[in-house]
Amino acid sequence: MTPRMPSRASAPPADWRDSLPPAEGRYSYAFLDEGAKREIRRRMLKAVAIPGCQVPFGSREMPIARGWGTGGLQLTLALIGPEDVLKVIDQGADDSVNAVNIKKFVTRVTGVAVTTDTAAATLIQTRHRIPEEPLRPNQLLIFQVPIPEPLRLVEPSERETRRMHAEADYSRMWLYLYEDIVKFNEITVGARYPVLVNRRHLMDPSPIPRWDLPKLDRGEALFLFCAGREKRIYAVPPYTEVQPLAFEDFAFRVEAFAGRRCARCGSVGTYLDEVIDDATGRRTYSCSDTAFCEKALRGNSVKEARPSGEDRA
Amino acid sequence: MGYVAVRGGAAAIENAEKFSEVRRAGGDATLLQPEQIREQLHLAVDRVMGEGSLYAPDLAALAFKQAAGDTFEAAFILRSYRTTLPRLGYSEPVATEGMRVIRRISAAFKDIPGGQILGPTPDYTLRLLDFELQDESVSQTRQRIQQLLRDTERLQPLPERFPKVVEMLRREGLLVQRHASGEDPGLADITRQAMAFPAPRSAQLQTLARGETGGMLALAYSNMRGYGSVHPVIGELRVGFLPVPFKNPRTGSVECIGEVQVTEAEVIARLTAAEGSARFSLGYGLCFGHNETKAIAMAVLDRAMSGGEPAAPSEDQEFVLTHVDGIESMGFCNHYKLPHYVTFQSELDRLRRIQARPGRPKDEQP
Repeated sequence: MTPRMPSRASAPPADWRDSLPPAEGRYSYAFLDEGAKREIRRRMLKAVAIPGCQVPFGSREMPIARGWGTGGLQLTLALIGPEDVLKVIDQGADDSVNAVNIKKFVTRVTGVAVTTDTAAATLIQTRHRIPEEPLRPNQLLIFQVPIPEPLRLVEPSERETRRMHAEADYSRMWLYLYEDIVKFNEITVGARYPVLVNRRHLMDPSPIPRWDLPKLDRGEALFLFCAGREKRIYAVPPYTEVQPLAFEDFAFRVEAFAGRRCARCGSVGTYLDEVIDDATGRRTYSCSDTAFCEKALRGNSVKEARPSGEDRA
Repeated sequence: MGYVAVRGGAAAIENAEKFSEVRRAGGDATLLQPEQIREQLHLAVDRVMGEGSLYAPDLAALAFKQAAGDTFEAAFILRSYRTTLPRLGYSEPVATEGMRVIRRISAAFKDIPGGQILGPTPDYTLRLLDFELQDESVSQTRQRIQQLLRDTERLQPLPERFPKVVEMLRREGLLVQRHASGEDPGLADITRQAMAFPAPRSAQLQTLARGETGGMLALAYSNMRGYGSVHPVIGELRVGFLPVPFKNPRTGSVECIGEVQVTEAEVIARLTAAEGSARFSLGYGLCFGHNETKAIAMAVLDRAMSGGEPAAPSEDQEFVLTHVDGIESMGFCNHYKLPHYVTFQSELDRLRRIQARPGRPKDEQP
């Protein structure tokens, strides 16, 4: 679709001054102008209709830098309303600098309530993690995506990868994984592990650890992904099949934390950050999901995190 | 626990902002006025307007001040301000023959209709540090400039339009007509639509027009130096002012709503044997403000991308167009400063697992 110049014959708008932002606010509610929000929502609908398919959109410049979550931010701003409760995490933490910065900006332009409690949030923007606490149908999880193209690993050209998706030609990706096994007896892909969505589109789940991939499969919440710099939106609707690429005789494996538990809250079965103590040099572990850790520490009746099997295929 | 990773962000962020303020304005020197920047650092302002893709000299000067002289940052600030402005319409097309030029040269012909006008350029100035500027006296400088303006012979009347040098070649049939590539029925608008490849020429030129000067220069230079086949001759380089004609939405009549300063470059290069008959082909560059390096680099890249199968990075339009934007490249480069410990943990897991495998070749073992 090539955008056209507005037709010469089209009637002028009723009054062009109506489209100017109000002088007092200077910025519209949720920063983006209504036209931009509408466009982003329309693209999002298309993305939901074709699970895992990357939909191009006219990504706007944001007052935070490209590569710092401008995609996720645009989705958040296009979706958020006064009733929403927002949670923003980076690496699983609510108080990581970038999460704080994004939260500060969104509340400044919307005035919405914020929370660190996963269960209380209606809209969660995330970088690199899916919360441990299972998400529910009324929740939106918005991922910040640096590189939306899973095939970028094997093919730099956008033109070529578009063709490969159109033809569902993922042979080079399979070959890459196969060669990994031949060379290292292991698949070396850490985070950003490629998944097949709805048995059709190969998708980059954003740089979440492999640990989080089982949460995408037939999840109850709507998962939305957006890359601002690369100008792509994609989605995994609720109850959609999401399968990491794996071979019949070589299973997909999540990260191993065998026997380790969070040094802070004592949880087992959460994704752990490795922490090296300044003084002793000793290696300890703590939950990457800080809100989950807090809750567990307070001894609230939080259900055990969904166990991620060691050798889950 | 001795170490808590990048936490307690809110206060730290606010302090970091305050410390930047100290770095910008904490010294003893007189604080810069945006007006001084607009007038005296006009080339920086032009660069910021071009890369920020908003023609607003006052705001660009302000952004440059705010960014403490970082053109990437300043262009970024201007660009994100631009994104909040409503799109009221598109101006009418302008023929650049009617440009009110302050500078106009051709390297292809000694004498050109309308004459070569050197105008303001440091091209032939010896690059010696001018210690006189250290203690510049306002009155002496003003006097010197007035004297210069008095002594300069005026061209009267100034020609209404300067004919295009390349038109002469076109009339002779020496110039290949470049058509918009593929189906290009209207103009693309890259600020409203993600680019698809192959991109229509309008999208190519828009992307280059707001590209980052240094990045474009590096790519164009690689082509000129040998990783490519464009041997450019500058058919014409112009710096000057163009009117902005806009159709009044009420009356339907076209009115001039202002003017913009631009730099325009047209480079001529011969077609290679693979590209067809022995003729010239044109590369076109145009950017906001006075920025000759960028306009020439743009014209070379436009020409380089016009060939068939790319033989070098600068000839591959996807390669060029996805990497010239300074706001995007700078943002992505700097995002690596953000914590990546979740993904790094995932990588560690992979490596440890591979290392732990039995039967690993001896030379790989630690």
